[in-house]
Amino acid sequence: MSFGLSFWVSLIAVLALILVAWVGVEGAKLNFLFGAIIPYVAIAIFVVGMIYRILKWASIPLPFRIPTTTGQQKSLPWIKQNKIENPSTALGAAIRMVFEVLLFRSLFRNMRTELRPGPRLSFASAKWLWLAALAFHYSFLIILIRHLRLFIEPVPSPVKFLEMIDSFFQVWVPLVYITDLMLIGAVTYLLLRRVFIPQMRYISLPSDYFPLFLILGIGITGGLMRYFYKVNVVGIKELTMGLINFSPKIPEGIGVLFYIHLFLVSTLFAYFPFSKLMHMAGVFLSPTRNIANNNRAKRHINPWNYPVKVHTYEEYEDDYREFMKDAGLPLEKED
Amino acid sequence: MNVKLENLLTQKRSTILKKWFDVVIETYPPETALFLRRQKDSIANPVGSTIFQGIEDLFGELLKGINYERVSTYLDNIIRVRAIQDFSPSQAISFLFLLKKVIREELKKEIRENDLSRELSELDSRIDNLALLSFDIYMKCREQIYELKGYEIRSMFKACQKAGLICDIQEGEFDLKEGQNIDKL
Amino acid sequence: MAEVEKKEEREVPYYETVLGASPEKLATVDYKPPAKPWMDVPPKFKKLDYLNPAKVKWMKVIDLPFPREWSPPDEDWKLPENWKEIFLNGMEDRLKRFRSFQLFMDICVRCGACADKCQFFIGGGDPKNMPVLRAELLRSIYRRYFTTSGKILGKIAGARELTVDVIKELFKYSFQCTECRRCSVFCPYGIDMAEITMIARELLLLLGMHVNWAIEPVGKSFLTGNHMGLLPHTIKDFMDEYRDELEKITGFKVDVPMNRKGAEILYIVPSGDFFDERGVILTIATLLYFYHIGLDYTWSTYTSEGGNFGLFTSHEMIKRLNAKMYAEAKRLKVKWILGGECGHMWRVINQYMGTVNGPADFLEEPVSPITGTKFENAKDTKMVHIAEFTADLIRHGKLKLDPSRNDHVIATYHDSCNPSRAMGLFEEPRYIIKNVCNNFYEMPESCIREKTFCCGGGAGLGTDEQLETLLRGNFPRSNATKHVHEKFGVNRLLCMCAIDRAVLSMGLSYWCPQVTVGGVHELLANALVIPGESPRTVDLRRQPLKRPITPGKIAGKEA
Repeated sequence: MSFGLSFWVSLIAVLALILVAWVGVEGAKLNFLFGAIIPYVAIAIFVVGMIYRILKWASIPLPFRIPTTTGQQKSLPWIKQNKIENPSTALGAAIRMVFEVLLFRSLFRNMRTELRPGPRLSFASAKWLWLAALAFHYSFLIILIRHLRLFIEPVPSPVKFLEMIDSFFQVWVPLVYITDLMLIGAVTYLLLRRVFIPQMRYISLPSDYFPLFLILGIGITGGLMRYFYKVNVVGIKELTMGLINFSPKIPEGIGVLFYIHLFLVSTLFAYFPFSKLMHMAGVFLSPTRNIANNNRAKRHINPWNYPVKVHTYEEYEDDYREFMKDAGLPLEKED
Repeated sequence: MNVKLENLLTQKRSTILKKWFDVVIETYPPETALFLRRQKDSIANPVGSTIFQGIEDLFGELLKGINYERVSTYLDNIIRVRAIQDFSPSQAISFLFLLKKVIREELKKEIRENDLSRELSELDSRIDNLALLSFDIYMKCREQIYELKGYEIRSMFKACQKAGLICDIQEGEFDLKEGQNIDKL
Repeated sequence: MAEVEKKEEREVPYYETVLGASPEKLATVDYKPPAKPWMDVPPKFKKLDYLNPAKVKWMKVIDLPFPREWSPPDEDWKLPENWKEIFLNGMEDRLKRFRSFQLFMDICVRCGACADKCQFFIGGGDPKNMPVLRAELLRSIYRRYFTTSGKILGKIAGARELTVDVIKELFKYSFQCTECRRCSVFCPYGIDMAEITMIARELLLLLGMHVNWAIEPVGKSFLTGNHMGLLPHTIKDFMDEYRDELEKITGFKVDVPMNRKGAEILYIVPSGDFFDERGVILTIATLLYFYHIGLDYTWSTYTSEGGNFGLFTSHEMIKRLNAKMYAEAKRLKVKWILGGECGHMWRVINQYMGTVNGPADFLEEPVSPITGTKFENAKDTKMVHIAEFTADLIRHGKLKLDPSRNDHVIATYHDSCNPSRAMGLFEEPRYIIKNVCNNFYEMPESCIREKTFCCGGGAGLGTDEQLETLLRGNFPRSNATKHVHEKFGVNRLLCMCAIDRAVLSMGLSYWCPQVTVGGVHELLANALVIPGESPRTVDLRRQPLKRPITPGKIAGKEA
């Protein structure tokens, strides 16, 4: 599929989603469908889909222990083992996973580029990918946590504290959350590099552009609601509290922007288990990272290990007995 | 070379080199070109850096007069790489002719205003000489590749002979022939 | 973009666009090839750019399906009638048996971190050699036949039909991957191209397609115990010859224990050490070294191969070939096994051997007979790497070493892919080198240890059949070697792998002929100060020493 098609198909898909929500709420007045039923269905698909995918992965055997070792192995006691990059225990592997999941350790390796004379240029692109990925994932997480205020009454103090930190710069009214800007910035960067770096453009699929456009759409609609077109926050909270308590209520006058935002979020949740976004769960199961490199010390069992045809020593000696005898090599059977 | 053209080339050295590098890199697939251009580390990007270093050295030679020994080394560095990449012989040494294009493009105005066509044709013939030399170097590299292939075959043959195994060297095969001491195979 | 696609596809010969054109026209030529989506670019097979298919004879020896005569440039690959069904069934089966495969099909986000990490992309520039895209070749098939979205949405979901061209493409690029795992170091999810390549090759094998340079060694190894097909008496002859050569150089007449029952240790090396000139020197060195420490050991003709080309063929073949090691250790009643300098051999021993052919409960936990050190890290598989063994000896001061005997060598060290990224053997060899050689310089940080470049010839690619591909893949490593050659005068590239020794020699003879290749234990043996030694002026490869060796003296001083 060509870049142009991939890009436009994805963009149009997201625009269509926005249109659907707009027409559905403004035109057809399907507020209950978009405010309650679709979110419920989406969450259900998300939960069931996630569990299904994870169980499916976990049910497939891990026939071999194949960690990628990126540091010194455990061998002699006086040689310093790199216990994180080349763990020999489950704890070591767990710590390795923590670095991988929380700090994107492997992506960070990209940065180590040496400066040498040669072609002009920036060696920064690799660094930017790590930074943007980190900024994107963490701001997404923080924004998600901030949204807890809509689902818990009274708002828990950690959430309030997070909001306070997040609006540290105290600009604009209402206060600008740093993570909102970071999210939009990072997603834009991740999108642009797919468009402008030829090799990225070459490998990108609609399933790469679509989630980016979707998240961008979510970010923009969210931002519009908070900073530009004031929506009925009290009404929204009434709706979200209703959702969480399984007694959905659809208050009047919330504004279509909210429904668009909610619909895009629902789409993201429902899309999640079927997409590459499953890397969120998959990374924990990655056999090159999550197990210890201790095969020689502790036998790994392959559940489907089956007997195979081998060429035994007896057959070998039968084949070459004369030569072996002439050469004076010891034999099992003399004749 | 007329002092004037030489001055112009020296003045615009970095722009010309940059453009020359760019057009050489554009002979690679676009998905690859950016990597070759961007990655500065000569270890991570040996192709890009070899080419850049090579054309920089060559440009210097063209300006200060050609020393054939030096220039052969510079040409060799680049051509050695292109000789094993997916290029036809003409493509492999084409990068030299691209310099003509770049210089004409870059000095369009100056050439028109100062009537530098004679100096320019002198420079052209220098580049042509390099191209002829490149042809020799390209052939040398290819010969080496075939020698290498021959060498590997010969050393395998030696090992086989030593092992008392019979090889069918014509077909490049190292099968063990029946009727020899290895009926079982 | 659409505009670009519509462009005329005729390939314009270069000279037509440049040489015959006027300067004005020159300025307007567009050199960019038309951009086409990768799915629409069919594979081409050029001379010196593909590997020859497996021969019928060897396919039969190891019971592989559909043996036949065919060649990659042929239009018709003579696929079995129901090839599609076989391929897809094979894929389904493996998705159920390998979590790695299923996961790696599912979770790639195409972030591009791996794209410029493959030596074949770096040196050659073919975009399909970006690991991410090489994996997509198979992933697109997975999506089409095994995911709902792919079945419904087709190309929009990144799926494509399984066609003969796809099979050809998989064949081409599965054999432009050396399973070196460099990309997996940089992948945020640890996706391992080697794993995908291994599965892709298994699938091709189901259709009777593999390369002869892997299958013939597998067949020979199955029958004769080694990839070359060296017969027992031949190996014996070779070893006698090396023993004599050692005597000529050093004056020491050593024993060469072969197939000896009751030895304490079984020593297994890659078969290159028996016949390849670059490996033979290592054998001579080992004979001297083991003689010096008085090791109670034996060589074996039945397991005359440490390497295991089964790793490049199929998971089943790994087991079939590897089985000999334990069988022979059991028959000879040794206590444990010592393994020589080899690359992928150690991936098999470290990551597969115990699982496929263990438990080795008839062996004892390895203990160094000289220092008494227990090799705890090998207590289950019972196989120790010679670098671990030697480092321990040096550490305990059991070897008298004179590094100045290697002063004619300025060394750098190439970490072989498998011991690096499938084991983590980094410090042991360096410790040895620093103790036996005064001039040691590392290559830049970005291309050693876990980030090491592949020689370009691993996983069944190390043949001159596709010499151009090989030289391209080798360029990054040779370039880094050239860098230290120019900077520090390095003249010897040390490595611990038989394929490296052959391929790096080949590569360097093209890219940087001033540097030779050799094993680590060769330098160790050079540096040994052995009681009763005779004076000599050459090292073990008969190269002149800087200072002649005077018996009993270290660096010219009394020992």
